[in-house]
Parts: sequence; structure tokens; C-alpha cells
Amino acid sequence: MSLLNVFNISGSAMNAQSVRLNVTASNMANADAISSSIDQTYKARHPVFETVLEDLSFDNTGPAGGVRVAGIVESQVPASQEYQPGNPLADEEGYIYRPNVNIIEEMANMIAASRNYQTNVEMVNTSKQMLTETLGIGR
Amino acid sequence: MNLDNAFGIHAKAMSLRTHRAEVLATNIANAETPNYLAKDFDFNAVLQSAAEGRSAMQSTNSNHIQTGDSELMGQDLMYRLPEQPSIDGNTVELQTERAEFTKNAMQYQASVRFLNGKVSGLITAIRGE
Repeated sequence: MSLLNVFNISGSAMNAQSVRLNVTASNMANADAISSSIDQTYKARHPVFETVLEDLSFDNTGPAGGVRVAGIVESQVPASQEYQPGNPLADEEGYIYRPNVNIIEEMANMIAASRNYQTNVEMVNTSKQMLTETLGIGR
Repeated sequence: MNLDNAFGIHAKAMSLRTHRAEVLATNIANAETPNYLAKDFDFNAVLQSAAEGRSAMQSTNSNHIQTGDSELMGQDLMYRLPEQPSIDGNTVELQTERAEFTKNAMQYQASVRFLNGKVSGLITAIRGE
């Protein structure tokens, strides 16, 4: 049944978006986690999405469907260095390191992820309605 | 009279509508996947070839080259032309896809209602009350 596939496809998107929300939450939570060495500083993470292509047959029969998280990459932006000799976490030269999390970018990411999630919930609802109507044929 | 005639084009239309729902759902699911290209098919053209009794080319051997999508009567999925192309190569426009999905769902429900009417007509005829 084709309509049941919509549940799988939208479900995969909801899953991917919730991973994105989780990663964003982790970035925001660690936005102020300073450290005393550049290697130990938290790096902003971002999920990379990709289309599921496994079921794509030779004759290109339509949607392989769905999306999945291909991986989570760490941002390569260098951590910012700050001179704070009074800080207990400062290194020998008096520097602390701040994570490369861009709060504004993360907020935008969060909103985009939650909107996308909502859209997919609506798709599931619409499909459910379509299925329920179909089941009622001839009643 | 057989049941295929009784239900007319609606049965085929419904199966095409569910297929289209799947295609549009895939587009929406991949709304933020880089380099994903939105796809759709020409519903009217496909339904027309179904109504005319045409069917996809049959392959009787596994070495035969497949011509398009069997469910789409040999026609292919086409890429949607974006109104506002984005820099990550993704051509899904959420508002367009959602509008199309809702429209498709409504038209599916219209087909369901027509079928319902046919079925209750048949039941009345069978009962003869």
C-alpha cells in the first residue's frame, strides 16, 4: 500500500529533524563551556542529511523515500582565544578558549528543524485521514 | 458488467494519487537535504494513458531495458523547476510541495466519495428495496 510509505518517509524526516534538534540543543548548552586548551574546547556539531537511495531500482521507480542523517560533522571554525588571567581555567599564559558555537545560527537551525518536523507531522495526519476514508468505502 | 467498469477511472486515479502522495512526501522529507532535486509527475498525462488502456512496455526478459516507471504507465518522474533556487542545490520549495500534497489529498478524497457513491448505488440495486 503506497500510502503507508508516506508514514515511513515522513517518519524518517521526523527522525532526522529530531537528531538535528538534539545536536542544536547540545551546541547551545555548550556555548559557554570554556576550557584551558584548544583541543579540549567543545566544537559545534552539525548533522548532514542525505536521501535514502537504497531501494532505488534500475528503472528509477520513483521515490526511494526518506532522509537519513549521513553523519555529524564538527565545525572547523577555530575556537576563539580570550585573555582572562584571573579565570581558574586559564592556561599558563592566561588564555581561555571559547567554543566556536554561533548562537544565532543555532537558533535559526532550531526553528527550521521544528518547522520541518511540524510539516512532516501534518503529512502523517493527512495520510492517516486519507487511509481512514479509504477504509470506510462501502460502509 | 464487471466491477472494473462499475468503478470506472476512480480506482486507477486513487492508486496514482497514493503514488503521488509518496513522491510529494519524499520531497517534503528531503526539504533540507543538500543537492536533493524535487520530483513530481504529470498526473493528467499518466491518468489519460491509463484511461486509454495503454500500459507500460512489458519486459519479458531480465535483460530488457526498462522504460520508465511501470506504475506511471511508462512515463518518468520529472524534476520540478524551482522558483527560487537555493545555494545548496536543493530545489524543494516547502510551500509548493505542501500545497500540492494537500490538493492531492483532497482529490483523493473526492475519488473516495465517488467510489462510495458507486458502492452504495450497487448495494441499493442488489437489495432492490
